[in-house]
Amino acid sequence: MKLNYRIVIFALAIIFGLVFSAPSLLKLDDGKKVTLGLDLQGGLHMLLGVKTEEAVKSRIKSIAASVKHYSEREEILIDELTFDESSVSFIVLDSDELPKVESFLKEVEGSLVTISGEQISMTLTPEEVVKTEKEAISQAIETIRNRLDQFGLTEPVVARQGEEKILVQLAGIKTQEEEQRARELISRAAKLELMAVDEDRDARVYNMSESDAAEYGDVILEDAKNPAIKYLVHEIPILDGGMLTDAAMGFDQNNRPLINFSLNAEGAEIFGDFTGRSVGKRLAVVLDGKVYSAPNINERIGGGSGQISGSYTVMEAKDLAIALRSGSLLAPIYLMEKRSVGPSLGADSIKASLVALIGGFVLVIIFMVVYYRAAGVIANIALVANLFIILAVMSLFGATLTLPGMAGIVLTVGMAVDANVIISERIRELIYEGKSMHKAIEDGYANAMRAILDANITTLIAAVVLYAYGTGAIKGFAITISIGILASMLTAILGTHGIYEMLEQKITKSKNNRFWFGIKG
Amino acid sequence: MEFFKYTKTFNFMGKSKAAMVLSVILVLASYALLATKGLNYGVDFAGGTIVQVKYDTTAPIDAMREKLKGNALFNGASITEFGSPDEVVIRMKSTTSNVTVDIGDVTREALNGSGNFEIRRVDIVGPKVGSELKEKGIMSLLLAVIGILIYVAFRFEWRFAVASIFALVHDVSIALGAITLVGLDVNLDVLAALLTILGYSLNDTIIVFDRIREGVTDSRNSTLFDTINESVTRTLARTTLTSLTTFFVVFTLFMFGGEIIHAFAFTLLVGVVVGTYSSIFVASPILLWFGFDVKGYHEKLAAKAKREAEKQRMRDQYESGVM
Repeated sequence: MKLNYRIVIFALAIIFGLVFSAPSLLKLDDGKKVTLGLDLQGGLHMLLGVKTEEAVKSRIKSIAASVKHYSEREEILIDELTFDESSVSFIVLDSDELPKVESFLKEVEGSLVTISGEQISMTLTPEEVVKTEKEAISQAIETIRNRLDQFGLTEPVVARQGEEKILVQLAGIKTQEEEQRARELISRAAKLELMAVDEDRDARVYNMSESDAAEYGDVILEDAKNPAIKYLVHEIPILDGGMLTDAAMGFDQNNRPLINFSLNAEGAEIFGDFTGRSVGKRLAVVLDGKVYSAPNINERIGGGSGQISGSYTVMEAKDLAIALRSGSLLAPIYLMEKRSVGPSLGADSIKASLVALIGGFVLVIIFMVVYYRAAGVIANIALVANLFIILAVMSLFGATLTLPGMAGIVLTVGMAVDANVIISERIRELIYEGKSMHKAIEDGYANAMRAILDANITTLIAAVVLYAYGTGAIKGFAITISIGILASMLTAILGTHGIYEMLEQKITKSKNNRFWFGIKG
Repeated sequence: MEFFKYTKTFNFMGKSKAAMVLSVILVLASYALLATKGLNYGVDFAGGTIVQVKYDTTAPIDAMREKLKGNALFNGASITEFGSPDEVVIRMKSTTSNVTVDIGDVTREALNGSGNFEIRRVDIVGPKVGSELKEKGIMSLLLAVIGILIYVAFRFEWRFAVASIFALVHDVSIALGAITLVGLDVNLDVLAALLTILGYSLNDTIIVFDRIREGVTDSRNSTLFDTINESVTRTLARTTLTSLTTFFVVFTLFMFGGEIIHAFAFTLLVGVVVGTYSSIFVASPILLWFGFDVKGYHEKLAAKAKREAEKQRMRDQYESGVM
């Protein structure tokens, strides 16, 4: 028995494998563990798209609102203020005021102002449109992340995928209700608008069509509790949720949950100005296009705070407050891909893949010992070490183990012994040629090396491509198989060579080829 | 234990014509299947919806069909058993893009009263994502082939590379044919299996080629025909054994790995068998037919050795101060 550098490295690798795989295997509290993929632990995976054109539209809408507010504050008379998907237009009644209005509009970022006579129209530059769309995506990611962080799940993943997709992964969702809540929280626009009721025409709202309302610059909105009740409100809101600073759940005097919100300084000013001008009229509190309440304005309301009352449960009110606080989504989101796995299916998958792993492993181990005797045992030591190292590396890097990843480990068991088969066959050949044991082992390794390297590298090429182009669970397969191949170079080539070197004297003395390499000596 | 002894060289190349006929028939049959029956793209590539439902007794498939009829969302839905009689999968071409309306919930409501069941999995892949995944999938297969081609050409010689690509195309074609024959859903996992077959089959081919290269270098007088026979014979034990161990694990995966990776395991199973066969009976004969120039190769080697020797001589002279 003598030590050599190979056996030392191999021993270190085994220690590394044991130490770093222990937290995952023994489910220790400390230490880095392998993360189970959503397909194994159950959870929700979604790929969301953003309707960016809606962001541009709502940008236009808010420009229209600011034009309205500006003209009222500066007492400039304007008329026929309208907007569509891409432009705002209006008429300035007093042409002397034109330059003032124009300079106000030019201050709006990315605006293109055209004036013909008294008619002013404004669109956004193409660059500004692109920018707005990009911002809508970033803002959606940020908003969804904020909301989910407050939702109470451990480590929700919210990330950009490609240019315009949002990846959301929620592990550990246990019940259908929880999933439903999460999806509603994510997709809720949470767009708060304070709008003025058109008191002159509201009495006729039930006899009006959408297009009738549009003629007056109004829209018809339904009541949140009772859709039969309708309100006619000015389409351009007084202000929107962008000026919200806080929202929290509270209770009214009857102990029903409601939401208290407060506005920033600018919002408070606009709100104060409006309420001061509109005493005796109604203010509609509109959330996501539904009227939650429409109280009468009794006096000017300063301070910039308000309430949204509705008939919600405590849970709903809490989620709504989270959504409002995290900001509204500038543009609606839609589902591009969804994969949800129930925890029981995940558990079944773990069980099935473990059975396959153990079954395959036992078959390979028995086969190697029967066929190669001592050489088989040595190969099996390398194989076991390989499994620990795969797990250790994955734990250390916090890699995710998925069902295809488990399949990759199973496959590695079958393929990792390949190196030992090649080496053992080479050694057998050399023994047949009459070489000494020492020479047979050394040359066997040398001869086999090139073939093993070439073969492993081609498999690695396929695995790397799979990693680069694969998505979700499939990436897990590429990871385990790559780590498995790399680890097998260490264990099956270097490790076993070290063992032979260590046992060399015994092997040369014994001359019992049958025992060592399973051949008739 | 020994299955193979190197007492005599098998005449593999002598049988290569018969093997070629078999291969051509298999590949053509596969293409015919692909052209007529066609690949059965699963939701990953075609887009669509899958809902996996598990009952605590045998799933009442007829009753389920009846119940789903009421909802337009389930128009054209198919219900098939999944792994066991208790478990079924509902497949639909349609997808919903609304985040809050969940097809799982809709299904639960629709099936209400058909027994005790649990919705275990919902997969929705929108048409855009589906076509993107398909594009990426084809891209990844191509890239893997190109990457491997470059590597083999770099490590060996272009004839080796071309011969191994033939073997790869052969293997993947037959695997695809088998998938079509059985009517498996082609999803991302099948693609992963195909990529693995690429790597694996090449692995076998390379071991044989490595021996042929070695044989060509060592034996000056024998023909390429004999060299290939000898090399294939000598690697036969290894080729069979490794295939056997891999077959073991893939087979246990196929038997016990669960329904979700069934298609993956099946594809690999076919790949392992075909890949082993092709490295012996497809890649090597093609190399032979390309007429790998043994003499030229030797001359090249000799020239290289001569250059090395010349360099060494110069170096020695330089060191001993002659120059």
